[in-house]
Amino acid sequence: MTERRHHDMGGLEAGLVDREDHGKAPWEKRVDALMVLLGKRKLLAVDELRRGIEELGADAYDRYGYYERWMASMTNILLEKKVIEVSELGARMAEIEAGARRELP
Amino acid sequence: MSGHESPGGHDHGHPHGHGHGEDPTHRHPPQPDLEDTPLARHQLMQMAVTSLLIEKGVFSAGEMRAQIEHMDTLGPARGAELVARAWVDDGFRERLVADSKSAAAELGMDLGPIPILVMENTPETHHLVVCTLCSCYPRFLLGLPPDWYKSRSYRSRAVREPRAVLAEFGTEIAPDTDLRVHDSTADMRYLVLPMRPAGTDGMSEAELAKLVTRDTLIGVTMPRAG
Repeated sequence: MTERRHHDMGGLEAGLVDREDHGKAPWEKRVDALMVLLGKRKLLAVDELRRGIEELGADAYDRYGYYERWMASMTNILLEKKVIEVSELGARMAEIEAGARRELP
Repeated sequence: MSGHESPGGHDHGHPHGHGHGEDPTHRHPPQPDLEDTPLARHQLMQMAVTSLLIEKGVFSAGEMRAQIEHMDTLGPARGAELVARAWVDDGFRERLVADSKSAAAELGMDLGPIPILVMENTPETHHLVVCTLCSCYPRFLLGLPPDWYKSRSYRSRAVREPRAVLAEFGTEIAPDTDLRVHDSTADMRYLVLPMRPAGTDGMSEAELAKLVTRDTLIGVTMPRAG
């Protein structure tokens, strides 16, 4: 018998459904837009996105918010496919964090 | 399992200079109690990845802005339009249930490559849609999924105790009504075709479309007249 993976939660017990919608922060919209554009460019498909989310592991899956999971998965897959390199990503994150780069659509 | 370590990560032992907001030019004073959340790191990752992809010519900053603006216009209007037409035109209703892609094309809509199955509610059968594995959803027809659709509670319980979940939405399904729950995937999406409510005989198609809300198209509620 195969063990159930952490994302495979259909049929488990859980609490009441919180029906309130919390809206999307601007950065979350950017993550969503990024996914749509990468899909259009055939660089990332929805099933790949989900595979990447499932591979984050149970701890990250539960700790991250919805679009945090998306962003982590998308980044990992873009690295896997060598669309971006880990060194340039690290450098760009450091530059943005240091305030050296400011452009943003 | 592959799974890279999160790239570009660093020790989170120091206060950062950047803000959590959306504009990286807007700098807050360090807030150590908020700085080290994963949220901030993923926002940074989003900015860096977007910046690199624009630099590499994968897409332009203008395309990114246009996509965000487009997203803000999405909602259940197209889904409602299909349902209202089905309510006034039996032939269309049958075609919509048989083959949603070609029926939607009659109204000038391109449903895209992923099949969308239209599940028709009847007095005997009520349909409910979930994506237990993630959040697959007919975005073109309904807009972006609501938070609850993506929640652990809904994903877990919709297939276990759907009547209890529906009751939380204020929807009572008679015990002798057949309740069918459909689990969406990346390759198969669902749209519920709700029953036309009583008391709507004189209504125009446009008026009917206004009764068709997002939640009625997922199956958690039923449309009501007025």
